[in-house]
Amino acid sequence: MSEVRDFVHKVVPDWCPGCGDFGLLAGLKKALPGVELEPNEVMLVSGIGCSSNLPGFINTYGMHTLHGRALPVAQGFKLANHKMTVIAVGGDGDGYGIGVGHLVHAMRRNIDMTYIVMNNAVYGLTTGQTSPTSGLRMKTKSTPFGNPELPINPLTLALGSGCSFVARVYTGHVTQLVDVVQKAIRHQGFALVDAFSPCVTFNKINTHDFFKTNVKDINKLGYDSSDIHAAFREAAREDYIATGIFYQKERPCYEATEEETLHVPLIDHELGLSEEDQAQLMAEFI
Amino acid sequence: MDRKSTFETEAEERVRKSKALVSAITVRFAGDSGDGIQLAGDQFADTTAVMGNDFATLPDFPAEIRAPVGTLPGVSSFQIQFSDSIIFSPGDLADVLIAMNPAALKVNLAQVKKKGLIVVNGSVFNEPNLKKAGWKTNPLEDATLRDFQILNVPLSALTQTALKDQPLKLSEVERCKNFFALGMVFWLYSRSRDHTVEWIKKKFAKRPEIVNANLRALEAGYNYADMTEVMPVQYEVKQAALEPGTYRKITGNEATAIGFITGARLANKTMFYGSYPITPASNILHDLARHKNYNVKTFQAEDEIAACGAAIGASFGGELGVTATSGPGLCLKAESVNLAVMAELPLVVIDVQRAGPSTGMPTKTEQADLLQVMFGRNGESPIAVVAPKTPSDCFQMALEAVRIALKYMTPVVFLSEGNIANAAEPWKLPELDRLPKIEVNHPSAGKGPFLPYARHPETLARPWEVPGTRGLEHRIGGLAKADLTGNVSYDPENNQRMVEFRARKIARIANDIPEATIDGPESGRLLILGWGGTYGVIYEAVRNLKREGITVSHVHLNYLNPFPKNLEKILGQFEHVLIPELNMGQLLFLIRARYPKVNASGLNKVQGQPFQTKEIEEKIKSIW
Repeated sequence: MSEVRDFVHKVVPDWCPGCGDFGLLAGLKKALPGVELEPNEVMLVSGIGCSSNLPGFINTYGMHTLHGRALPVAQGFKLANHKMTVIAVGGDGDGYGIGVGHLVHAMRRNIDMTYIVMNNAVYGLTTGQTSPTSGLRMKTKSTPFGNPELPINPLTLALGSGCSFVARVYTGHVTQLVDVVQKAIRHQGFALVDAFSPCVTFNKINTHDFFKTNVKDINKLGYDSSDIHAAFREAAREDYIATGIFYQKERPCYEATEEETLHVPLIDHELGLSEEDQAQLMAEFI
Repeated sequence: MDRKSTFETEAEERVRKSKALVSAITVRFAGDSGDGIQLAGDQFADTTAVMGNDFATLPDFPAEIRAPVGTLPGVSSFQIQFSDSIIFSPGDLADVLIAMNPAALKVNLAQVKKKGLIVVNGSVFNEPNLKKAGWKTNPLEDATLRDFQILNVPLSALTQTALKDQPLKLSEVERCKNFFALGMVFWLYSRSRDHTVEWIKKKFAKRPEIVNANLRALEAGYNYADMTEVMPVQYEVKQAALEPGTYRKITGNEATAIGFITGARLANKTMFYGSYPITPASNILHDLARHKNYNVKTFQAEDEIAACGAAIGASFGGELGVTATSGPGLCLKAESVNLAVMAELPLVVIDVQRAGPSTGMPTKTEQADLLQVMFGRNGESPIAVVAPKTPSDCFQMALEAVRIALKYMTPVVFLSEGNIANAAEPWKLPELDRLPKIEVNHPSAGKGPFLPYARHPETLARPWEVPGTRGLEHRIGGLAKADLTGNVSYDPENNQRMVEFRARKIARIANDIPEATIDGPESGRLLILGWGGTYGVIYEAVRNLKREGITVSHVHLNYLNPFPKNLEKILGQFEHVLIPELNMGQLLFLIRARYPKVNASGLNKVQGQPFQTKEIEEKIKSIW
């Protein structure tokens, strides 16, 4: 049995003090032993951005890929080695901006993995430009007169793309975060967790105080997470900010529909050039 | 079938026919892209393989699946040269052209030898078709074709007559005319129909009426040629003296697919093939997708970037990651390839080059991605590059790409070309148990901390650990890596050291690849230096010139990065080096940069078409 300390890595995060990402890192370290995972059983894949540095701060297998490209690498990894629990992480610019094409396809493809997007509604690492989730008219370095674009709604995007597990958390509420992340990991299929993770340096609107005041855990309100219409309603509402599991419906994941090659992970396939194989291969050649 | 029923008159007046033995023949089929030209050509090539000739093919088709019927852009062609001796090129000009319509005649007339035979489908040489093809007058009725032997055969009408009692729609009958034409050509070159008969039966097994119609058209065409007086001579090309063994016809993309399956097997690895459809690489995906029984996992990604990223993920997972594309897709993959450079993971990138820039001419060939694969990434980013030189050579070079990627933990580009991908030649099946195994070692947990960037003293490759192993948890990525630990590092000295390590690792591959060999004298006035798919035409040009008393040498490169160790020495033995390439001088650029003392010049062509032997010969003569 693993414990939180098994996941502690000696590299200290270089995030700004107060960054919402600390909450996610703490929650993740807590969530993993709770779902009986050992450090060697977890693969964390990230893109580029402040939040994507997370795999460097936790003791598991990890890969820090390219801006927007965590999901392709994570999916290829999972298909090759699907005994591992694969968790992709990144920010809103990474996942909802440059990498959103991959996200849509990953959600409909439904490979068994979890994707956590630390959403701070701003580009932090590049010092504060408007992001795909920045509010309309929000003033940033790149939009000094206000953001002219409507923000993306990652939850309705996910619901419309066939995502089989759609959730949102605020990283300051660690108990809820741990619970939702554990359910996302246990979910058989692609799970999206949109995690509000305030940027204390560049976003003075969506602050810790803002989220503490405005979020409401819908799972505590007798909400039915199998109802996709209700999920769309909650995801689109403007009177409060809903968090929790909006929608969960198990459907055969990609690995199950590709059973002929994936009933055992690729890396465990019996290989080598046996005489039988050789004869068969030669026959194929002709 | 009973010949008499269809061609009674001809049979009665049957002329005496003679048979002539020839050494090599070039046949060109041409028609609308919906006329089944590639299919007829493939069948002719298959039969030629079965009959033991050496051969090489040149398929050429439009990018549009069905361009407007009867127009010049819609013309598809297939050329094949077959011989009783070893050949590597599809021939320059055709001895015989089969033109299914006026547009096909217009586009292909320049590709026929003077006095050559042109078989035209006279049924469709009418006013509207002539106009669509841009003929002002009917070439069958004026002096346009006076330098050729013309055989005006109403292919459509004869096919209709032969199939008049078949339960088919007229449009279906019309589609059988390619088999009528094929039957005629089979007769002309004394080919057996058996292979095609079997193929038709198998291919259309679910529609017996189509089987019957096609068989009948094939037979009718054969008998027509046998009996008509305008084809007085039947030709024969003896078997070529190929090495003993079992042969099959193979295209470059087929050999690529089989090569990577075999390479993965030899390395005891499953292959993960991430791909996005792109001409002319797509049929590698089709071939591999139906070979799941050999532990191939194909993954059609949402885009080129994801295809490459997924292959990298699979490589980190412990499998052989392969991705394939053509030039435009390679642009998109560049950033991902660089991730594999920094993470030092095995990855094979297949680039089947096509004519660029941008979308260019998707179905036409070129060799203009060489500098892109060498330098088209940010930072100091050396990777290995190999290039097959003929369709069947794709098999051998695929094994090499796998071996180098796994042994040196590096991306390897397998630089194929449209012309190799679709062209076919006979291939001698390898003896699989003689192929050397590719050794892969995965480390197990030791006592100390795991060092993912501790290098092999000889190859400088880092260890390839399989995630999941307890005690080997580690993190890699695209940020600069500290020596040994692989932790993120901004240390100036460390970065210098790591950049140099990666460069030396690639350079050391030169110790592990065959030296270049010279066809011809080891020193002299002129060396022809080629790479990739120009092999056949250079080989034949050099051979032809030798008969004329002009002796030049030929070196052909399969390894473009690093170059073979002895290349500099070889180049130094010649007064002049000529580099023919289907680009504006990319290998020339590399050779001049690397070996500035070498007196090199280029022969360059960017028309979407391969060189003709004649073009190489003329250039050699001009500088001889």
